[in-house]
Amino acid sequence: MDLIKTVENAFAVETELPAFGAGDTVTVHYKIREGNKERIQNYRGVVIQVRGTGKTKTFTVRKMSGNIGVERIFPLHTPFIDRIDVNKHGRVRRKRIFYLRNLTGKKARIKEKRF
Amino acid sequence: MAGIIGKKIGMTSVFSVEGKNIPCTVIEAGPCVVTQVKTKETDGYDALQLGYGEKKEKNTSKAEYGHLKKAGTTPKRHLVEFRNNFEGEYKPGDTINVDIFHENDYVDVIGVTKGKGFQGVVKRYNFRGVGDSTHGQHNRERAPGSLGASSYPSRVFKGMRMAGRHGGKAETIENLLVIKIIPESNLIVVKGSVPGAKGSNLIIRKQWK
Repeated sequence: MDLIKTVENAFAVETELPAFGAGDTVTVHYKIREGNKERIQNYRGVVIQVRGTGKTKTFTVRKMSGNIGVERIFPLHTPFIDRIDVNKHGRVRRKRIFYLRNLTGKKARIKEKRF
Repeated sequence: MAGIIGKKIGMTSVFSVEGKNIPCTVIEAGPCVVTQVKTKETDGYDALQLGYGEKKEKNTSKAEYGHLKKAGTTPKRHLVEFRNNFEGEYKPGDTINVDIFHENDYVDVIGVTKGKGFQGVVKRYNFRGVGDSTHGQHNRERAPGSLGASSYPSRVFKGMRMAGRHGGKAETIENLLVIKIIPESNLIVVKGSVPGAKGSNLIIRKQWK
């Protein structure tokens, strides 16, 4: 495992990413290349899981686009992520909040964490 | 072909300059010791025999121990011969490191695949099974189907692909791109997967074709 870390660090590009977990509402500023032009698209939703270790870590963000639920999986360390804003820290009991998929409307709300 | 002996560490992925996520395998290879130099005059062909990994003297036969003593090294767990084409001159006792490879080279990796035990033809040979799972079928979903014609030849040809032991045999993966060499920790990072479980032994050689 340590040798894999050695390799990952050899490729590592220093990026600062905020700490977040399941239940948090985040905005991912994702770079999109169209032809030669590059623009940034914002994707805001609730993190429903963070999985993987090291540089292969990914996270899934779920949002409601109109009436349709959309889930998008981002590799945490992809160079296409410009930055991640954590908008809200949600109070959830589990690490993977897939139950959210079956909930809509007022039931799909997540309580905000109080510090 | 010039080559080296190593073991599989595991897989990870890295991002390329364009931002592509590239799956890659980390291999720890070498340092290997040259245990014998074969030449055209004495052996009929040119080759280097390399040794990798330590083992105890009590687990080594006297013949092997003597052979390695001649090269001035300790008992080695793996001895592998590589034909020709090493750059530069080597003599017994020299070490060979990962730096015989370079980034953006292509290599072949030989390893023993994970043993799968006794498997049917669907897993073993990618047969598709027979027919549907519904419409009255009840037990043909993973069957091999016909084995051949009938009264002529009245037999099954040799080599007919059937169920049996799967995996656990040597397999060569050709033309893997070397993404990175880390000489300080004897690591090679290649694009894609290689045979075998983590910790299993591999032979990495320069591209054959």
